[in-house]
Amino acid sequence: MSSVTATSGSHVEIDPGHPPTSTGLSNEKVAMWSFLGSECLLFGALISTYLLFKGQDEPGQISPVDVFDIPYTSVSSFVLLMSSLTMVLALAGIQRGDHRRTRIWLLTTALLGASFVAGQAYEFTVFVREGMNLRVNLFSSSFFVLTGFHGAHVTIGVLMLLSLFSLSLKGKLPTSKAETVELVGLYWHFVDIVWIVIFTLVYLIP
Amino acid sequence: MAIVTPPRPEALAPEQPLHTPIRFLRRPTGYTKGVWGWMTTVDHKKIGIMYSATAFLFFLLGGLEALLLRVQLGAPDQTFLRADTYNQLFTMHGTTMIFLVIMPLSAGLANYLLPLMIGARDVAFPRLNALGFWVFLVGGLFMYSSFFLGGAPNGGWFGYVPLSRSIPGHNMDYWAFGLQILGIASLTGAVNLIVTVINMRAPGMSLMRMPIFVWMSLVAQFLLLFAIPIITVALFLLSFDRLFSTNFFNVSAGADPLLWQHLFWLFGHPEVYILILPAMGIVSEVLPVFSRKPLFGYQVMVFSGIAIGFMGWGVWAHHMFASGLGPVATSAFSASTMFIAVPTGVKIFNWISTMWKGKLTFTTPMMFAIGFVAMFTIGGLSGVTHGVVPADTQQTDTYYIVAHFHYVLFGGSMFGLFAGVYYWFPKFAGRLLDEKLGKLHFWLMFLGFNLTFGPFHILGLQGMPRRIYTYPEGRGWDVWNLVSTIGSFVIAASILVFMFNVWKNRKPQEVGDDPWDARTLEWTIPSPPPEYNFKEIPLVTSRDELWHRKYTEDEHGRSVRREVTEAQPTLAGTAVEPAPPEGHEGPDHVAGKAGTGDEHDGDGEHDGQAEEHEEHIHMPSPSYWPLVTSIGLPIICYGMIYKAWLVAILGGVWTLGSIYAWALEPATAPEDTPDHDPERGHDEAEAVHA
Repeated sequence: MSSVTATSGSHVEIDPGHPPTSTGLSNEKVAMWSFLGSECLLFGALISTYLLFKGQDEPGQISPVDVFDIPYTSVSSFVLLMSSLTMVLALAGIQRGDHRRTRIWLLTTALLGASFVAGQAYEFTVFVREGMNLRVNLFSSSFFVLTGFHGAHVTIGVLMLLSLFSLSLKGKLPTSKAETVELVGLYWHFVDIVWIVIFTLVYLIP
Repeated sequence: MAIVTPPRPEALAPEQPLHTPIRFLRRPTGYTKGVWGWMTTVDHKKIGIMYSATAFLFFLLGGLEALLLRVQLGAPDQTFLRADTYNQLFTMHGTTMIFLVIMPLSAGLANYLLPLMIGARDVAFPRLNALGFWVFLVGGLFMYSSFFLGGAPNGGWFGYVPLSRSIPGHNMDYWAFGLQILGIASLTGAVNLIVTVINMRAPGMSLMRMPIFVWMSLVAQFLLLFAIPIITVALFLLSFDRLFSTNFFNVSAGADPLLWQHLFWLFGHPEVYILILPAMGIVSEVLPVFSRKPLFGYQVMVFSGIAIGFMGWGVWAHHMFASGLGPVATSAFSASTMFIAVPTGVKIFNWISTMWKGKLTFTTPMMFAIGFVAMFTIGGLSGVTHGVVPADTQQTDTYYIVAHFHYVLFGGSMFGLFAGVYYWFPKFAGRLLDEKLGKLHFWLMFLGFNLTFGPFHILGLQGMPRRIYTYPEGRGWDVWNLVSTIGSFVIAASILVFMFNVWKNRKPQEVGDDPWDARTLEWTIPSPPPEYNFKEIPLVTSRDELWHRKYTEDEHGRSVRREVTEAQPTLAGTAVEPAPPEGHEGPDHVAGKAGTGDEHDGDGEHDGQAEEHEEHIHMPSPSYWPLVTSIGLPIICYGMIYKAWLVAILGGVWTLGSIYAWALEPATAPEDTPDHDPERGHDEAEAVHA
C-alpha cells in the first residue's frame, strides 16, 4: 500500500496495514485527540462547579482545612505522576520490539495507577470517618464528585492497561500495534494532567 | 458488507483445521440479509436510513404531543388535558423534537452523505457508527418508557432547578438519564464524523473543495464534541442530587441555582447551532443546483459557519437575562448576541445572491430551501430582538419566545431537513418523490406553519405566558389561539401528504445517477449507491467536482456541457473511459487502496472481467456488538433510577463485557474475505459451518 497519493500533490509513504489518510495520522489517533478534547470540557465543568462552591458553606461546617492531609495526597500524586514515566517506557519498549519490557512497564503503570486509586479509596474512607459524605455540605458534595470522576477515569485507564498486558502475554500485541499502546498512553497522560490541575486547585490553593 | 459477489464454497472448503473457537454468537457475515442484516449492519448508508426513519417516527410522536397541546389551548378554560398531563406533554414535545428528531435527522443525513460527498467508502469507525444509532434508539425508547412507568418527564426540556430537583416521582430521572444515553450517541457520532471528514477525504478533496454541507456538519460535530460533556456534567449533578441527596442545587445548603442555568445554556446555545448548521448546509447545496449557479461566496459561507461555531460559545447568557446577572455581563452578552447575527446575515445574503439572476427551477427541494431562507430570516430577526435586554426581559417566558424558536427550529431546521429529504431521496431510495404531492406538502406546511406560529408573536407581546395549561376568557388571546390550533392541524395534514408521497413511490424507478444535474460527488454513483459507494476512489480536481466534469465554459463564459465520452480522471492519474476496459489491471488495484479495509488479493482468482473490480473492495463486516453493547445502557439507568443497584451493576457488566468482545473482534471478519491467509485459517472454518 505504498505510494498512494494521500493529498493531492504530495506522495506519502504509508505503513502496510494502515489505510492512507488525508492527514497522515491514523484515524484512531485523531479520534483519541478529539475525545480528549471533549474530556477537557467534562473536567472543566466539574472543576468550575467545585470552585464556584468553594468557601460558600456556612462557617463551622466541615471544610478542606479540616480533612486534607497534604503530605499523604502528595505521595499518591507522585505515584500517579511516576506512572506517566513508566507509560512512556512501555511505549518505547514496544516501539523497539522489546515485548518483555513492554509487559513489565505496562504492568508497573497499571499497578501505580491502582495504588493511586487505592490511596484515594483510603482517603475517602478517612474523610467519611471524619464526618464527610456526599450529603453534608457543598464542599463535600463537590469534592467527592470531582475526585470520584477522576478516580473513575484512572480506574478505566488501569483496566485498559491490564487488557494490553494480557494481550501482550498472549502474543496478540505485536510491534505493528504499538499505536494502541500510544493511544492508551495519551489517555493516561491526560488523566495525569487533570490530576495535576485538581491537586493544585483543590488541595494546594487554600 | 464485504464482497459483493457471493462466496464460492470451493474457495473456502479445503484443508480447514478441525478446531473451531467457541463463540456465543456466530458473527454475521456480509451476506446476512433481512432484519438481522439491518440489526448488525455497519454500512453508513443503512445506519443513516435507520437514523432518519427512527427520527421520523419520533417526529410523529412529538407532533402528536403538539397536537394534544394545541387542542387544549384552542379555546379558553379547556379541560381536555389535566395540568400534570400538559406538563408531561410539553416537556416531552420539546425534548423529543430537539434530541430525538432534529439532531438524529441531521445525524442521519450526515451519516449517509458525508462519506459520499468526500469520496470515502464508509465512515472512519463503522461499528462505532452503528453503536451511535443503537444508543440513540435505546435512549429514545428509555425516555418514552416513562409514559408507562409512572409518568413522563414534566419539568420542561431545560429542566430548571430547583424545580427539577424537587419534583417527586421518577419523571425527571427518566429525563436526566435518557439525555445521558442520548449524549453518548451524539458523542460517538461526533468523534466518528470528525475523524471521517478530517482523515478520509478522497485525493484532491482539500478542505476548501469540500461541499458546504460537509463543512457545516463538521462544525456542528465539533460543537457537539465540546457541548455534550457540559450537559453530561449538569445532568450528573442533577441526578446525584436526586438519587444521593448531594447539594449541588440545594438552595437551603447555599447552592446557586444559576449554576444549572449556566451549565445548561453553555451546552444549550451551541446546541441551537448544532440544530441549524446542518440545515444551513443542506440549503447551501440545494440552492445552487436549482439556480444553475455556483454557491455565491463559498469561502465566506465556510468562514461564517466557522465563525458561528466559535461565537456560539459566547452568547449563552442571553437565555438568562431575566435572572439578574448584573449590568456588565448583561451588556456583554447583549452585544455578542447581536454580533452573532452578522455571520448569520452574511449567509442569508449569500443565499439570495446565489439565486440572483440564476435560472431557477421550482422543484420541491428548492421550495423548501427558499422557505427555509424566508422563515429563518424571520426567526433570526426576532432572535435579535431578544438581544435587546429591556425588550427581552418583557418577552422572557412569553409566547414571543416560543414563536422565535419555532421559526428557527421548525421554519429553519425542519424546512431545511425536508429540503434535504426531497433532494437526496432519489439517491437514498432510487426513486423520486412525486413533485405535485411534494408541492402540496410544501404549501400546506408553509401555510400551517405560519398560521400556527405567526400568532405566537402577537400572543407573546400581549403577555400570554409559556407553559400554562389553560387561560381564562377575556384576555384577548382566544382568536389567535384558535388560529394557531387550526394551523397545527394543517401542518399535520401536510405530514400525511408527505407520508402518502413516500408510500406511493415505494416501487423503485429508474432515476439514474444524477436526476437533478447536481454538483457533488454523491451524484456520480448509482442510486441507491452500492455498499462500497465508489468503485474507484475519485480524484477530485475542483470544488463542485461533478459540475466541472459535466460542464465547461465557452469563450463567452457560458456553461456548456462537455462531450459525454470525455475521459474522467481517476486515482491512478490516468484517464479511463467511463466504462472500465476489460482486462485492465491498473485502476482496480488502486481502487481498493483508499478504502476502509485491506485490498490485497493473493489468490489470483480474478480473471480481469469488469465486474471483478468489486471483489477487491473489502468493507468492514457486520457485527452484533454495537446493538448488544447499547442494550446495557438502559439497564444501568433503570437500576440507578429505582436504586436497584444489582440491576445497575448487571447492566454495567453487560456493557463492559460487550465492549471487550467488541474490541477483540477484528473489524473485518476473516471468514468474510476470500483471502487465504494462513494465520486466519481456523477462522475460515466457521464460514464453512454457515
